[in-house]
Amino acid sequence: MSWLLALPILIPFLTAICAFFLRRTGWCRWASVIGSGVLLAVSLLLFATVLREGVVAAQMGGWPAPFGITLVADGLSAVMVVITAITALAVAVYASAEISERQVFLGYHALFQVLIAGVCGAFLTGDLFNLYVWFEVMLIASFGLLVLGGKKSQIDAGIRYVMMNLVSTVFFLTGVGFLYGMTGTLNMADLSLAVQQLENQSLLTVVAVMFMVAFGVKAALFPLFFWLPAAYHTPSFSVSAVFAGLLTKVGVYALMRAFTLIFVEDVAYTHQILLWVACLTMLTGVLGAAAQSDFRKILSFHIVSQIGYMILGLALYTPLALAGSVFYLVHHIIVKGNLFLISGVARRITGSTELSKMGGLYKSAPVLAFLFLIPAFSLAGFPPLSGFWAKFILIKAALEIEMWWAAGVALFVGLLTIYSMTKIWAQAFWEPHPEEIEPSLKSLSNFAQVALLLPIAGLALLTVVIGLNPEPFMDFATSAAGQLLDPSDYVQAVLGVTQGGTR
Amino acid sequence: MEFLLAITIGVMVAAAVYLMLARNVLRFIFGLILISNAANLAIFTAGRLTPGAPPLIKEGAYAPAEGVANALPQALVLTAIVIGFGLFAFALVLVYRAYTTLGTLYSDEMDAAEPKGPAQ
Repeated sequence: MSWLLALPILIPFLTAICAFFLRRTGWCRWASVIGSGVLLAVSLLLFATVLREGVVAAQMGGWPAPFGITLVADGLSAVMVVITAITALAVAVYASAEISERQVFLGYHALFQVLIAGVCGAFLTGDLFNLYVWFEVMLIASFGLLVLGGKKSQIDAGIRYVMMNLVSTVFFLTGVGFLYGMTGTLNMADLSLAVQQLENQSLLTVVAVMFMVAFGVKAALFPLFFWLPAAYHTPSFSVSAVFAGLLTKVGVYALMRAFTLIFVEDVAYTHQILLWVACLTMLTGVLGAAAQSDFRKILSFHIVSQIGYMILGLALYTPLALAGSVFYLVHHIIVKGNLFLISGVARRITGSTELSKMGGLYKSAPVLAFLFLIPAFSLAGFPPLSGFWAKFILIKAALEIEMWWAAGVALFVGLLTIYSMTKIWAQAFWEPHPEEIEPSLKSLSNFAQVALLLPIAGLALLTVVIGLNPEPFMDFATSAAGQLLDPSDYVQAVLGVTQGGTR
Repeated sequence: MEFLLAITIGVMVAAAVYLMLARNVLRFIFGLILISNAANLAIFTAGRLTPGAPPLIKEGAYAPAEGVANALPQALVLTAIVIGFGLFAFALVLVYRAYTTLGTLYSDEMDAAEPKGPAQ
């Protein structure tokens, strides 16, 4: 049992070590692909275990909670690990054709696998300080990936990204310190009990806001999102895709964990802030995207606006809304990562990501056009794709508790998302290419065609499957939301049967 | 002692924020290093300052004797220092690289990723 929880962290680390030593050979990319495949198998096994047995926990090093470091997987953690593994596999396959030998030699695959290890660790840990450590593992790997290659724009983007994330780290660390000073524990399950007994609840709210800022930077919430559109369009496309899919979502996950498990004493205050922030995030993101004219920059701004939806679910704080958030997280990672991968193929065959310099893809590369339409429509929320259900649940949850304006904002933002997607469609796919060339997939080698398009098709298939058959996914999201709202299972799994008396 | 440390942390944070408001990226980094050390001190202080004995367990015993100091905050701070050291080493190299490739240390003038001027 404890091995199953530790493996999603250990496998990427081992793969990273292999990839580092194989980086001079052609085997490196295959090590990365195989490692991600094994990770997917293990994460599915973990997911099945969580479905069967409920929340599972393991104490590392044999120290009983709350003294040792706990790894714990509830529904949300388990599904996030699965989706991380899916993204890792898709990007590893894609990268085998995209990443140059030079970047492989510089350690692309090793950094990528360390990033995945950090993401899995953040999803699985049950200890706040340990979460900080996984954030840093993830961060240092992402720094390396972002500037790998050393283009001017990458260095510039790196500065913004690094600075903003280091500031968030300081906030996180200070918050952890204060919380420890107040409660004497850092185990999240133990914290959820300990904070109820605090006399000074207002100080707890102050700490809660510090965590909100720290995780808000990572999740790219309004007004702390500006590092994201400044950075995500500069690295190689597979790096963009994995960042877009996973990094901000770790911030969202941390917010969802902290503000359902620990900081629930003053919901009227903290979740009210989150509600405003969520709506402003949605609006600014989508308006920013409307002003852009670069394929990847539009997509980057859309990450920001989509994060708003997930936080909206958390802020509404009803079972249906949280289920909507979980559903949205899964849908978003698949769709957004896929769109970035597609932009990479489009760049390869048209030679640019600037929309005015693209064109003609519909006529000469209809397969790519079709593969773009699926995630683009899903992002905008067209039925019967996964994005429709995700938005539908959230808006229904908002209407249920009579938050008319929040529902209105969500609908309006969905409308503007269609605007951006049709802009990309019209300029990059529909109109003829400005230089009269006919960009075709045939310009790629056979291997590149398979390695680039297979992950895209796979992810597109996933969003269609979720869209056509949402019921099991929704049932699961509802049960995961139930576990979040009633943390007694989580607490019991971590601390054992002797609840409350352990401190 | 708590009072003294609280004042020290406050002064460090104030100085750090002043440095971080500068447009010069190098000053920003120095501010960041200072504020992260202030955060470390805050953890240390939050873990209570007690004149306890070293938390050593005598041979053959399972638990330390009464009245030992809490070692956990120091372990946390140590971890944070090590991680911070790695991150700042990277950040400093990045700033140096930015200076050599972009030719400036002022954040206003760094516009390679987001060129100024009207969108096309």
